[in-house]
Amino acid sequence: MRATVHVYLKPGVLDVQGKAVESALHGLGWGDVEHVRVGRTLEFDVDSADKAAAEAKVKDMCERLLANTVIESYRVDVA
Amino acid sequence: MKAAVVVFPGSNCDRDCKTAVERSTGAKVEMVWHGETQLPAGLDLIVLPGGFSYGDYLRCGAIAALSPVMKDVKAAAERGTAVVGICNGFQILCEAGMLPGALLRNEKLKYVCKPVDLDIVNGQTRFTAAYQGKRQARMTVGNGDGNYFADAATLDRLEGEGQVVFRYRENPNGSARDIAGIVNARGNVLGMMPHPDRAFEPDLGSADGALLFQSVFASA
Repeated sequence: MRATVHVYLKPGVLDVQGKAVESALHGLGWGDVEHVRVGRTLEFDVDSADKAAAEAKVKDMCERLLANTVIESYRVDVA
Repeated sequence: MKAAVVVFPGSNCDRDCKTAVERSTGAKVEMVWHGETQLPAGLDLIVLPGGFSYGDYLRCGAIAALSPVMKDVKAAAERGTAVVGICNGFQILCEAGMLPGALLRNEKLKYVCKPVDLDIVNGQTRFTAAYQGKRQARMTVGNGDGNYFADAATLDRLEGEGQVVFRYRENPNGSARDIAGIVNARGNVLGMMPHPDRAFEPDLGSADGALLFQSVFASA
């Protein structure tokens, strides 16, 4: 199964990259853009027939390596 | 008197740390490759040096924190051995869960490399005893991800328990509550962004870092 993991800084943790991108978008004329967050996406295959089991496995990977839950939150999609 | 400096792929302050510890204290310093599963016996100090371990891939220090040698570093810390993580070493200690919090991208997105003046907030630790009433120290920082972050409750606890060891007099990177260095609850694991390894002789602009290494061996 193919797993997709999205990792973003938690709300409340200042995302300085997001701020910089936001001000650049404003500079290009898109003044209505707000709350830009820059994150990271990881995609990989996991060997599992069962979607729930695959999800549990990928969540464990997120907790232990793919995200630092002190500062980041993550979302897992398995298909 | 014996110390080890752990060398990760991408460490670049490892030899500075060895020289700094040797010249400051006269201790014998061994270099230990990150792939080792066992540290040398009888260590008084373990140094995790600065640099860009694993190219800062994923997050600074995240992959180094899972290096084989880190199991033994954790075990040594649990036995009470002094561990100091400097710059990338601090990031590794946070990623390994040996210190609370995390290091974020600098507030202004800028790599900051300059001398900084520090307040010695707690002069009673294993790492600061030799400062003997000296309340300030000067060292250099060199980091892009040195912006210390922890939630408010953790910051309150660190401050309340005397675990904040160094504070910036002028915050260079947006660190929460101007924090430059912290110790764990037991007081034997120190993480700091400024480099004592670049401030151990007057010719380097400051010898204040030497006192940090001397403190460890005075209490060993």
